[in-house]
Amino acid sequence: MSGTLRAHAVVRRGTFVLDARIEARPGRIVAVVGPNGAGKSTLLAVLAGLLAPDEGRVAVGDRVLTDTADGTAVRPERRSVGLLGQDPLVFPHLSALENVAFGPRSAGAPAHEARRAAGAWLAAVGLAELGARRPDALSGGQRQRVALARALAAEPDVLLLDEPFAQLDVRTAAELRDLVGEQVRSTQTAAVLVTHDVLDALTLADHVVVLHDGRVVEQGDVLSVVTDPVHPFTAALAGMNLVRGTMRDGALVGPAGVVVPCPGGAPGPGTPAQVTFAPTAVRVAADDEAAGWDTHVVDVETGATGVRVRTGGDVLVDLVPAAAARLELRGGAPLRLVVDPADVRVRRVRADDVTPA
Amino acid sequence: MTADTGASRGVGAPRLLWLPAALAVGLLVLPVVALVVRADWSSLPSDVSSPAAIRALTLSLTTSLAATAICLVLGVPLAVLLARASGWGADVLRALVTLPLVLPPTVGGIALLYLLGRRGLVGESLDAWFGIRLPFTTAAVVIAQTFVAMPFLVLGVEGALRTAGQRYEVVAATLGAGRWTVLRRITLPLVAPGLLSGTVLCFARALGEFGATALFAGNTPGVTQTMPLAIYSAFNGAGVTQGTAVALSLLLVAAAVAVLVAARAWRPGRAG
Repeated sequence: MSGTLRAHAVVRRGTFVLDARIEARPGRIVAVVGPNGAGKSTLLAVLAGLLAPDEGRVAVGDRVLTDTADGTAVRPERRSVGLLGQDPLVFPHLSALENVAFGPRSAGAPAHEARRAAGAWLAAVGLAELGARRPDALSGGQRQRVALARALAAEPDVLLLDEPFAQLDVRTAAELRDLVGEQVRSTQTAAVLVTHDVLDALTLADHVVVLHDGRVVEQGDVLSVVTDPVHPFTAALAGMNLVRGTMRDGALVGPAGVVVPCPGGAPGPGTPAQVTFAPTAVRVAADDEAAGWDTHVVDVETGATGVRVRTGGDVLVDLVPAAAARLELRGGAPLRLVVDPADVRVRRVRADDVTPA
Repeated sequence: MTADTGASRGVGAPRLLWLPAALAVGLLVLPVVALVVRADWSSLPSDVSSPAAIRALTLSLTTSLAATAICLVLGVPLAVLLARASGWGADVLRALVTLPLVLPPTVGGIALLYLLGRRGLVGESLDAWFGIRLPFTTAAVVIAQTFVAMPFLVLGVEGALRTAGQRYEVVAATLGAGRWTVLRRITLPLVAPGLLSGTVLCFARALGEFGATALFAGNTPGVTQTMPLAIYSAFNGAGVTQGTAVALSLLLVAAAVAVLVAARAWRPGRAG
């Protein structure tokens, strides 16, 4: 009986305004990404019924949970909206099994039935043997598994995931990501995942919503958002360079002397625009090469496959060690960079998005 | 648990603290030691098993238990509401609840008389309409004890609730638990240690209550003469030796220690 989650929330807190729409279909995971203070937690609180929005409507299928227009405000315990947070918050006075049985018990299931269901959910998260354990006798990853089983055992229509992997080590986080993805799909739960971690979005999400300063600045399927980011935050998240500037002679002229050649069909001269390109698409110009732009090294760090060099105008360049070894990589050292137009995506922006060079 | 090894590895406290700390222990423990040393152990068995002593002890225990029960029934709800409330109204209420803690118990006794006495604010109507006269009855003992003991329970439980926070309760609600279920299955079990220590303190305070009882309930053997009043009477009394008072005091100390030990032995939420 679960349906699609459709929510619109407006929350005003002093000068901060959250005004966001979000939609999550059963069995799908929508990732909400954004910097701290973007309003992600506020949005989750509205969905969970822990915070009444100033304006807005939250519905699952045709079941209305919140509607400020007619004063509807279904209490958290009647919403069928589960929550799995960063901290597992496994009830410390109950065993793992009793924790998982809590939801079914609250729904009125007899004790033995609730325990049987809880046992099945514990098995589903790989903890069949540990039902009798107290939370303090479980590892952090096991506690988060118990919390996941507990949330799923209540059979929610919507599952809210608030950075559920942030406190886990890399390996445990990967296992839990798989588990969450698998369970959300097999239970056909609509899930909203709030995260800082691009890996969460890449591995789990079907759809990404980018929240910035309380507004949805960008959304789409994961592949298109990370390959063609529109907002600077998304570009940073996706590890892409994003340069804003003005078109001139088929190239984008950005701040700090950056000149990025654009593919055919680019906007005409004088148009404010932005380009995105991967740090791996940039290379150091040969001595006799006329194309490219002159810049300098800002700083250098270890990259995934070699060296990542930050250059003027915050353009990142990924160099393999062999290429890096030929260069003088101290701060301020001059450098000439080239990028192939085929690797560049360009789009128009509003004039006030472009900082004058 | 690693708490013990952790404590021994810390930076340690300044040595200068040992002197005042030792003095504090002396001040707290030596009086009881003196009581034990000075007791007349030959007459002790007959003193503590005298009908008067047994009557006073029985009355003390029953009234203190009754007062503790009332404190729990009324005080826990108050603590829950205070812990969830915010704003100046809650602050004022919290201060008012704390008042019996800072009030001399004798003042409390007079205040209770002015409220519930035969000419009292409420007592007059109780007498006129229902024929109920509270002062100088066993019920008055319980009321006096409740008055002085309740703040211990309310403050203890409220503190525990504030420390526990509401995060577990929020999770319980998202799992479909209504407010009563959350209170019964999450909130109260989580604060069980605080609830227990608050109850013990509350009971101990009721057991030791003297001033308010003396003024509001009087000192009638078998009706309102609790242990503290019996001890006071024996100490000052005509014809009774101070030895009786010492013996009764030891009995009261033993009762209090028994309660503390029992409370420590029973810890909720611990297997085994």
